[in-house]
Amino acid sequence: MTVYSLLFYLLSLLTLAATAMAVTRRHMVHAVLYLVLSFFGTALLFYLLGAPLLAALEVIIYAGAIMVLFLFIIMMIRVEKEDDRFFPFLQWWPALLISGGFLAGLLALSREDLVRQPGMTVAQALPQVFGIHLFRDHWLAIEIASLLLLIALVGVLHLSRRRRADAIEEAP
Amino acid sequence: MVPFSHSLLVAALLFGMGLFCLLTRRNLIMMLLGIEVMLNAGALAFVAASLHWQQMDGQAMVLFILTVAATEVSVGLALIVALYRRTGSVDPDPPADRQLAAQAGEGGV
Repeated sequence: MTVYSLLFYLLSLLTLAATAMAVTRRHMVHAVLYLVLSFFGTALLFYLLGAPLLAALEVIIYAGAIMVLFLFIIMMIRVEKEDDRFFPFLQWWPALLISGGFLAGLLALSREDLVRQPGMTVAQALPQVFGIHLFRDHWLAIEIASLLLLIALVGVLHLSRRRRADAIEEAP
Repeated sequence: MVPFSHSLLVAALLFGMGLFCLLTRRNLIMMLLGIEVMLNAGALAFVAASLHWQQMDGQAMVLFILTVAATEVSVGLALIVALYRRTGSVDPDPPADRQLAAQAGEGGV
């Protein structure tokens, strides 16, 4: 086992453990902080799998921007009661059935070559090469992505605007 | 380096956890968090496939997944805040169903 494989298994163990902690916490701030750890682990996995630019973007966008946005919203919103954040245990079986069935299907699909398959060769997409590839072969998708971000910005501004009529209604 | 299927296995486990979080939590913010975990698992699978076939298109796809995740989170959280202003809760059920569920929970569990 090479040092790359060892790092891969350690990092995936860290990521899986952090995600498992995140999805079972009752307190939302704890969940978000565990998820930040999970995204750091994923970023290191990206680096190990040969995507340094995406690793940096994962830390900046996911761990930096999205999770901090979650923290802001959690601090803004006061959740009323302690006990109704999970469904009652009797209602868990459809969730367990769906996610367990999904996992079982995936494992059955990849069962044969889980051990004997040869390892991947180590490679890395340098950021400048990746950028040239991105802007030469996927320029239309890049433009569409930027348009999507603009639309999201306008939509969020519209949604979070306090309407004048509501203010008049609430005043008395 | 590890075989391709091992990285797919990690991605599948992450996706399963996200799906479980989305299905069991009764809180819109945690459900959105579950969707984030699922998108992240998809991105991991794309990066691993990109290394497996030595093609950079998979990594380009991950960039678009990042964009979609950021968009989805911002619009989703704005919707949640708007809903919270209107109803004062972040429960996904409408209020009538919530009362029914509370009664069923008291009776059943």
